[in-house]
Amino acid sequence: MSRVKPEDEYKKTKAFHFFRWLSGEKDPYIGNLEMKPQKEYIEGKEALKERMRENRMVMDKVYNTRYNKWLLLFRRFYRIMAVLFCMMLAGLLLFTVSYLPPTGNASNPDNNEVAERYIESGMQETGAVNIVTGMILTYRAFDTFGETNVLFIATCCVMIMLMIEDEELKKQELTNDRRFEPKNDAILQGAAMILVPVIFIFGIYIILNGHLSPGGGFSGGATIGAGMILYASAFGFKKTQRFFDEKIYKVTKVSALCTYGLIGIYYYVTGANGWENHIPLGVPGHIVSAGIIFPINICVGIEVACTMYAFYALFRRGGL
Amino acid sequence: MRIFQYILLSFLVVCAISVSFSKKLLNSILIFMSYSLVMSIIWICLESPDLAITEAAVGAGITSVLFFVTLKKIHAIEENNQAGEKESMIEQRRR
Repeated sequence: MSRVKPEDEYKKTKAFHFFRWLSGEKDPYIGNLEMKPQKEYIEGKEALKERMRENRMVMDKVYNTRYNKWLLLFRRFYRIMAVLFCMMLAGLLLFTVSYLPPTGNASNPDNNEVAERYIESGMQETGAVNIVTGMILTYRAFDTFGETNVLFIATCCVMIMLMIEDEELKKQELTNDRRFEPKNDAILQGAAMILVPVIFIFGIYIILNGHLSPGGGFSGGATIGAGMILYASAFGFKKTQRFFDEKIYKVTKVSALCTYGLIGIYYYVTGANGWENHIPLGVPGHIVSAGIIFPINICVGIEVACTMYAFYALFRRGGL
Repeated sequence: MRIFQYILLSFLVVCAISVSFSKKLLNSILIFMSYSLVMSIIWICLESPDLAITEAAVGAGITSVLFFVTLKKIHAIEENNQAGEKESMIEQRRR
């Protein structure tokens, strides 16, 4: 059995030092290490001239194609080899394609029991009229969950790289934003006024009817995202921020992913253990039917729409 | 219908080649956009409307908008406006 060490003895151990460092109570380098702020390096005029001269010399010597025969030779060789390499690659790929079995052949390897099962008993098992959505969101719900996570991580990475926190930079970005664009473009605004509601309604229709008609979460979400981009580019970010700012973005995105995860976990656990699934399938053809497909479609749609809009906003001005 | 598909497919090939051969970045993006649009019509001809919707929204819409924004950020679009300053970096340095 371990006993509690007295306080003085514990303070000498490495664990105490580690946790003290982890919680940030004491920085071991303060006081021991010489720290001073870096001086700004100001380049003198002479040094600048010297550097320019060196630069020009390098340019004259290395890139002077009239005297540098080797460079000329290398460039010619490089071009010929590039063309040859591309042709070889294309030939190799075409050669491989010529060995593929013809499409529609009954003995092709893709005509196996998996596709047969999907087509024959897909509708009874998933309740979706659209076989593609039924397949993606029930038989392969785990794959789709991974794809949704990829979208989430991609936006996180773009945010880490392009998000601007500094106030000065933010102001600068705002002034730069509309440099080559008219402030209130009448044609663009008129077109957006008519098109944006139609695009939104079409996107929502695609998402909600994902299990009945072609489409689903991804295509509907992309459509809504495109509509939001059109709205933002026509009327500016101040108008979009009224209904979609950073706080709402975070809440919707995380909650959509979590909802998908929770529904998915229930589905995977019951399926893997052979337990009875309590989610009703409903009547095929009705709008609220097909078990988990309906809520998952909505989650994926929100996720994709947020991703598309966030990409645009972050690329454009480094903030939502 | 078959002839229509052949026309579309040949248009795809022409688009794909002219993207890599066009000198201006803006033009190549516009050609790429039309490539996506034709591709989405071909998806409908191949009886997969799911992919057609996605291709039209992502390929023709969002990807090209992102390209435009990137071109604006790296100041590649303003070359058209200021025709006098159309010099490559090497030429500027050689002065």
